[in-house]
Amino acid sequence: MAGAYYEKIARINLTTGEIKVEPLDLELAHKFIGGRGLGTKMLYDEGVATVDPLSPENKLIYITGPMTGAAAPSTGRYMVCTKSPLTGMIACSNSGGIWGAKLKYAGWDAIIVEGEAPDWTYINIDDDKIELLDAREYVGVMSEAIDEQLKAKHGADVSVLNIGPAGEKKVLLAAIMNDKDRAAGRSGVGAVMGSKKLKAIVVKATRKKLDNIADLDALKVAAKNAMDVLKANPVTGSGLRQLGTAVLVNIVNNIGAFPTKNWQESYYDKGDDISGETLAEKYLVKPGACHRCPIACGRVVNVNGKVVGGPEYEPLWAYGGNCGNNDLNVIDECNMLCNEYGLDAISVPCTIAAAMELYQRGYIKEEECAGVPLEWGSTRALVEWTKRMGNPETELDWLMSSGSARLCEAYGHPEYSMSVKKQEIPAYDARAIQGIGITYATANCGAAHVRGYMISPEVLGLPQQLDRTVTNEKAAWVKTFQDLTAVIDSMGHCLFTSFAMGAKEYTDLLNAATGTNWTIEQVLEIGDRIYNIERMFNKAAGMKPEDDRLPKRLLEEPIVNGPSTGMTSKLPLTLPEYYEARGWVNAFPTDETLKKLGLDECVGK
Amino acid sequence: MIEVRVFATLRQGRDKVTLLSPEGIACAGDILDRMNIPQEEVSILLINGFHHKPESEVKDGDIVALFPPVGGG
Repeated sequence: MAGAYYEKIARINLTTGEIKVEPLDLELAHKFIGGRGLGTKMLYDEGVATVDPLSPENKLIYITGPMTGAAAPSTGRYMVCTKSPLTGMIACSNSGGIWGAKLKYAGWDAIIVEGEAPDWTYINIDDDKIELLDAREYVGVMSEAIDEQLKAKHGADVSVLNIGPAGEKKVLLAAIMNDKDRAAGRSGVGAVMGSKKLKAIVVKATRKKLDNIADLDALKVAAKNAMDVLKANPVTGSGLRQLGTAVLVNIVNNIGAFPTKNWQESYYDKGDDISGETLAEKYLVKPGACHRCPIACGRVVNVNGKVVGGPEYEPLWAYGGNCGNNDLNVIDECNMLCNEYGLDAISVPCTIAAAMELYQRGYIKEEECAGVPLEWGSTRALVEWTKRMGNPETELDWLMSSGSARLCEAYGHPEYSMSVKKQEIPAYDARAIQGIGITYATANCGAAHVRGYMISPEVLGLPQQLDRTVTNEKAAWVKTFQDLTAVIDSMGHCLFTSFAMGAKEYTDLLNAATGTNWTIEQVLEIGDRIYNIERMFNKAAGMKPEDDRLPKRLLEEPIVNGPSTGMTSKLPLTLPEYYEARGWVNAFPTDETLKKLGLDECVGK
Repeated sequence: MIEVRVFATLRQGRDKVTLLSPEGIACAGDILDRMNIPQEEVSILLINGFHHKPESEVKDGDIVALFPPVGGG
């Protein structure tokens, strides 16, 4: 047995009920590491790029990385890979908690779910035993309750992954939840699970650690080094624990890059009301941590007497400034609702914001709002419309639950959807920060900030401070961040380790665990390869060059208020530079680039 | 007046906003000295929303925002 992989994949066909155990292709695993890279490659090879995402032909791959569950910092991560019903392109949704580690401890590198069950089903994994069980009694059950009910049935030591009512109804913004409040949030992966009538996956494992590490002594050294680096760094050592990602509200607002009222403005005068500082003061109970993580960026909060997982920076922004709302308690409540219904806590409030602009401009009429007008800052609207999007009934409920692109299109005003590839743009104004705009435009999963987090150098000064207003060299930086991120997402570590750790630390950990002997350059090349296979999946799925874009508002409407007044995104300048850095022409890899990266099977496609 | 805003852990034992007379303040570093904030505790220093270093000039009417090392996503 090689290092860190159990070399076992379970392929579960819900139509036939057949469960097959397949060997992991180790050569492929080394070429794409695991997680996001390997999951995408497998979907590409199995022809999933051309299927209807909500049909039985789509496949869901729940996949760990070689480091998932390893005795190293922040190794609790897994990916859900599938074809997204929201974007029509590759979806690789990342989540933490403990579920991924438990799947690995149970001896599985990945499970592939195909087909569609005849009726509501859940999967029960108990070490090497897998069975399909009746889930009809759990239909409509929310995340916290199903976690409790399945633990009552299968034991307190299991980990539960589930969809809520949103996934059951195939809402395009549905998330997959695990451990109550961790989310594989984006790209509608919950809708795919719902289309297969799969309600939950329970995992129990006897192992409490990996027993398949190639070089245990080398791993101990690499892990200790990584831990020292994390503890010494003020962000990962204490900063994130104290205030969470919520600390970003005041920073991003004070540079005037805080999109407000659906990006009509970029500075929110009430920003401090919804900041990490205020959250810590008023509602924080304690920090929360995923499996084996010393960073502990999670927020456990008190919502009207109930102690639950609290908001990240993204929903704080999206339910806050982006909807013209400064009631922090309501944001906490809406974030909790997203966890309970199983919804993307970025896309849902961003769609509400788009709807609020359509309402402001008179396109959505009050009569259509069924008693809850979509007014800026209305806390009632935020709560009620989140619930309606989580369990849609009326025509407007359904339109909103399908995301801002389809909503705005239906009202004849697609320009008010702040999205790329139909996925809502996250919490940093790309007019004020040039590099993140390239990330948004070119992320393979649709607009995303974590796939090349340029905020780190452009705003936080990590690893060094770049001038956020210039375009020089930004394309090259984006490529490097995207490639390293692809490696981390495929290894099974949390991305936040990269505030402190660099390519060397990841390479040492990977080599020790798997028994390989990569150089840093080789590891980054794997990241480049992963980025390209995602792009080729998208090409096969029908992506067009113009899908790498930003909304007109960011290109043509200068920021109207705050410190960054007057700025626009210079994407037309930076995008060609990015393609050149990637070895792409017209948004897609050249044959030469594909061959250089060992993707010969993609040449000519 | 110069408006000085402090954030995150820099708020411990300090007001969120302090107004300083520009007299005797030539650069941002002078503000840190005046307010007893050690330079190594400040990771992000904004003057009117733009990143600067302690050596940068500060004028009457400027807004200075100070952050310790922070991260997020």
